[in-house]
Amino acid sequence: MHPQSSAVPAQADLLPALHRMQAQLGHIPEHAIAELARTYNVSRAEVEGVIGFYHDFRRTPPGRRRLQVCCAESCQAMGADALAAHAQARLGIAMGETSADGGVTLEAAYCLGNCACSPAVMLDGRVHGRVDAGRLDALLAEGGEA
Amino acid sequence: MNVRVFVPRDSGAASVGAERVCRAIENEAARRGLAVDVVRNGSRGLYWLEPLVEVEVAGQRIAYGPVAPGDVPGLFDAGWLDGGAHGLFQGQSEEIPYLKKQTRLSFARMGRGDPLSFDDYRAGGGLEGLQRALQLSPADIVAEIDASGLRGRGGAGFPTAIKWRTVLNAGGGQKYIVCNADEGDSGTFSDRMLMEGDPYCLIEGMVIAGLAVGADTGYLYLRSEYPDAWDILENAIVIARREGLLGDDLLGSGKRFELNLFKGAGAYVCGEETSLLESIEGKRGLVRAKPPLPALQGLFGLPTVVNNVITLGSVPWILAHGGTAYQAHGVNRSRGTLPFQLAGNLRYTGLVEAPFGVTLRELLYDYGGGAASGRPLRAVQVGGPLGAFVPAADFDLPLDYEAFAAAGASVGHGGIVAFDDTVDMAKMARYAMHFCAVESCGKCTPCRVGSVRGVELLDAMLAARSGRNNDDTLLRDLCQTMLEGSLCAMGGMTPYPVLSALNHYPEDFGLAPKREEKAA
Repeated sequence: MHPQSSAVPAQADLLPALHRMQAQLGHIPEHAIAELARTYNVSRAEVEGVIGFYHDFRRTPPGRRRLQVCCAESCQAMGADALAAHAQARLGIAMGETSADGGVTLEAAYCLGNCACSPAVMLDGRVHGRVDAGRLDALLAEGGEA
Repeated sequence: MNVRVFVPRDSGAASVGAERVCRAIENEAARRGLAVDVVRNGSRGLYWLEPLVEVEVAGQRIAYGPVAPGDVPGLFDAGWLDGGAHGLFQGQSEEIPYLKKQTRLSFARMGRGDPLSFDDYRAGGGLEGLQRALQLSPADIVAEIDASGLRGRGGAGFPTAIKWRTVLNAGGGQKYIVCNADEGDSGTFSDRMLMEGDPYCLIEGMVIAGLAVGADTGYLYLRSEYPDAWDILENAIVIARREGLLGDDLLGSGKRFELNLFKGAGAYVCGEETSLLESIEGKRGLVRAKPPLPALQGLFGLPTVVNNVITLGSVPWILAHGGTAYQAHGVNRSRGTLPFQLAGNLRYTGLVEAPFGVTLRELLYDYGGGAASGRPLRAVQVGGPLGAFVPAADFDLPLDYEAFAAAGASVGHGGIVAFDDTVDMAKMARYAMHFCAVESCGKCTPCRVGSVRGVELLDAMLAARSGRNNDDTLLRDLCQTMLEGSLCAMGGMTPYPVLSALNHYPEDFGLAPKREEKAA
């Protein structure tokens, strides 16, 4: 959050607002764009541009669970490619997609900062280390999905 | 008095079960009617031993690890509350050679106490740096940093004092301290550890920076991939205000500094300082051309210090102990220590704070214990996804900014990712170009288009490599264009991993094996 100061333009609160909206709704809906543009004193194109630039923001509802598989170098060195392939095969979707029943959104992450416990995944905001195919299946099963 | 048992709350420790171990300890103690106080400390950084549980016995910390929930009843049976023998017994924590051999300055308190306990912070030497800074003039604070030889720990290695002096001399008016906590490089986690394990240290460093340059407002730009660090920092800021480490009356001095947490949104390029500033301003993270320098026209067009977490986290120690004491560590123009991060395929992964000049071989074998797979190490990537691959023949290279630059590599943020001999270096080169294509901000053509062309070229080489008659002329030419023509390190350094892979492992690309003269 920004301090209350005349030096800080309204636009500077756009990213925090997008984060708040996405935390509540799971995505940034179409009807919110015009309102965001008015509130933060930018054009609708600029709002779309910001949403499109950052990997975190999405325009469509996500699955009930979010699985991020780290595909960066340290995890690659410890078998992330096989883990990512397993996740895609098990869920029957590619990276960036949501399973047909809306259960899980699968994403590639580029570093979860858990490189000393590679390979790592993040499931619903919790990071898990030293993950293999069996452990990933167990994690998904724990939540009752997939 | 109850026995104190320490279970790290660090997200890396949690990722391998520390939370479940913590619950198991509490349940087992209750079942046996034993009174224990569980303290959630930071991680010591010995990740191969995580979850590493410590028991305080007669004032000494005795370590057991790695502990699984199922081990807990056996540990009680073995009398671990009295330091009893057990297969997971590691002896006194700070006598474990991996930790004992290190030179922990910036990470001196790491893992000892509860990261949010202000009493623990004070008892561990916290606030000494700020107390000293409050007695110095801004120019004298900068002079102390100058004497320390501190250089930017985020990767660029720019002398911190020069940056601070530029902002100090930029006249009056509003200025900002921005902490770059967008630690996106694979193989790096020291920023995360410091924020989760010793948050007041970072806050104190930012406050001192503010006093040094005349800035009363700070922003901490934290990547969204670190939700645990966010929670700890949010709490730490509230407590720091209450304790006078932040606010309108810093430790009763009448001086002020306020700190704002700002969440990134998953863009790697926002680790580049001008892209990061655009992001705080609510814009796409497009890299700005320099000049103007952020030191003169930074956040909202005003003079701004942008420093990495470890740079700022090193400042309290330097002020408390003096620049000369810090400068006494290290080699050549690389002074002090760096918290190196051992990652990837190593037996003993973790955080190793050591003076500059330590060799890769010492880090990889003396600390790291060689490959976790038991196979020979073939390559290590130093300094994140934009860092060069270093072949086994060069493992005696000392970690020194200039020595690495001379070898066509970079120390970067001190992340070291090891690969065993099963690694396919042509695929790693393709990955480097792919990563650049995914993460490029798109402002300059060499990076935006060059990375896509790089992926295409490498795909063609990968498809044709069995014939062993590939030609790398075009790829090298492309890399040269990216090196020379890109606006920032994203496109400008992506050629480092690509060219180093090409130069050291040509056989992986379907090229003639390396000639002897190149190996020298």
